[in-house]
Amino acid sequence: MIPLTYYLVVSAILFSLGALGVLIRRNPLIIFMSVELMLNAANLAFVAFARSFGVLTGQIFVFFVMTVAAAEVAVGLALIVIIFRNKHSIDVDLMSSLKG
Amino acid sequence: MNFTLILFLILAIVAILAAIGMLVSRNSVYAALFLVLNFASVAVFYLLLGAPFIALAQVTVYAGAIMVLFLFVIMLLGAEKLPKGTVLPWQRPLAIVLAGVLLAEAGLLLFQRLQLTATLVNPDASVNATEALRTLGLTLFNQYLLPFEVTSILLLVAMVGAIVLTKKEKGENES
Repeated sequence: MIPLTYYLVVSAILFSLGALGVLIRRNPLIIFMSVELMLNAANLAFVAFARSFGVLTGQIFVFFVMTVAAAEVAVGLALIVIIFRNKHSIDVDLMSSLKG
Repeated sequence: MNFTLILFLILAIVAILAAIGMLVSRNSVYAALFLVLNFASVAVFYLLLGAPFIALAQVTVYAGAIMVLFLFVIMLLGAEKLPKGTVLPWQRPLAIVLAGVLLAEAGLLLFQRLQLTATLVNPDASVNATEALRTLGLTLFNQYLLPFEVTSILLLVAMVGAIVLTKKEKGENES
């Protein structure tokens, strides 16, 4: 009923919006959310291809992507919390301690 | 124009508008809620694609666990609104141009290289959903057993890492 291309177009648009969010925003929390958006767009493409080829492998890969996303968020948010504790701000512009 | 196509188009518009709303909202809490809306609409996409288990995992893991973690940290830090810092004048236009290039590349790949004309039929209602789930579980625990176990180690490492990172050092004064 719905061509595979439609799903891939939606996935590509969501991925580009996620990349735009990473580039445009300077709040690390929103940058993280944009990364989640990109992972989600990739998942959508996986499930669409799995449906198109009639295999389950794509769906299983989505499970692993979700798990990795959960682990990434846990560690990333912990990093943000300790950066806030040390610098009392989380603006990414202030994270330049390693700059020469 | 059949019912499924109309549903798809509405969902696509909601998902994309929610993503744009996440990008433009100044308040982090609103951004998180827009992202929840986006995840929910993507979950309905999964239902349309005949993957009900993935759809429910999406709702529980993404819209549930991950976004609650985000909201918790936003409110813990009180970082709903960041003070405006110095703005790089070229950052925003350059970012929009780069994202446009990325989208154009993806579109080019889709329409010129892949030549995808495959049409996805609706999920067959006669197929037993329990049977499909059974196949999924069997594949996961037979063919992909090793990645599954590695995933459990990954989650353990992430948990330990998060606890160690946020633990206060001994002797560090409480503040």
